[in-house]
Amino acid sequence: MTKITLEMVRQRAEADARTYGYYLNPDPKFLQSLLEGLKRNEERYGYPSCPCRLASGKFEFDRDIICPCDYRDPDVTEFGACYCALYVRKDVHEGKTELEPVPERRPMEKQSKAYNVAAAKEEAKATSEVKPKLMYCKQCGYVVFRDDPPYTCPICKAKKEMFAEIKTRTDFTG
Amino acid sequence: MQFSKVPGQKNQHKVVLYALSTCAWCKMTKQFLEDNDVEFEYVYVDLCEEEDKQKIRQHIQSKGGPLSYPTIIVDDNVLITGFRKDKLTEALEL
Ligand code: SF4
Repeated sequence: MTKITLEMVRQRAEADARTYGYYLNPDPKFLQSLLEGLKRNEERYGYPSCPCRLASGKFEFDRDIICPCDYRDPDVTEFGACYCALYVRKDVHEGKTELEPVPERRPMEKQSKAYNVAAAKEEAKATSEVKPKLMYCKQCGYVVFRDDPPYTCPICKAKKEMFAEIKTRTDFTG
Repeated sequence: MQFSKVPGQKNQHKVVLYALSTCAWCKMTKQFLEDNDVEFEYVYVDLCEEEDKQKIRQHIQSKGGPLSYPTIIVDDNVLITGFRKDKLTEALEL
């Protein structure tokens, strides 16, 4: 396995901010400590889960909080920063807007899993619904294969209610 | 549960800090308490055993808090979510 360096984590975040028109937190010390948190999580879990949220360590349960998380776009739009304040809006970056703590948007039912992983696994086994399925965004056509639709569509920003399951049919005749 | 104790001159309140070892806001809160010479105890929830995680969850929720970090509980009564200098200053009479 390649060693994860802080520089790799930083470059990834910078590239991602550029792609989406965001900025990274302007406070160098604060930024450094977030990047270290991401690095630490990638080392211990195998994926860079959110440094400011309790992860379960099980990929399926943490997928929505792998950075950049499902909640980043709506939070940056509404509050000027993501939950951790790693990604910020232009006006915040320029110091024109003061940051307030961003309230947690992640549903409680998802948060709970990190406190009792064994029970969450049992539950996942019992319900067939949580199996990954193909879904598409009715607004732009973006297709995902996962348990739940994303909080918002990463392409057109439509709400998760716009996602519908793609029913596949296997036909062996003819 | 293994709490780490940080001594300080201002020890008239019992201050408990629930934090994550990776979270930047938690780090700032810890630093703020240290800079203000507040005595407190803290625990990194992500490094706890599952049994303790559940206890922490119950504790936070019994005080009406969301499961966000940092969470500061003063005198087992006032709960503060996130790094809120104004609220900490008021609750700790700084
Ligand atoms: S809140 Fe920010 S730092 Fe945390 S996972 Fe989401 S985008 Fe990344």
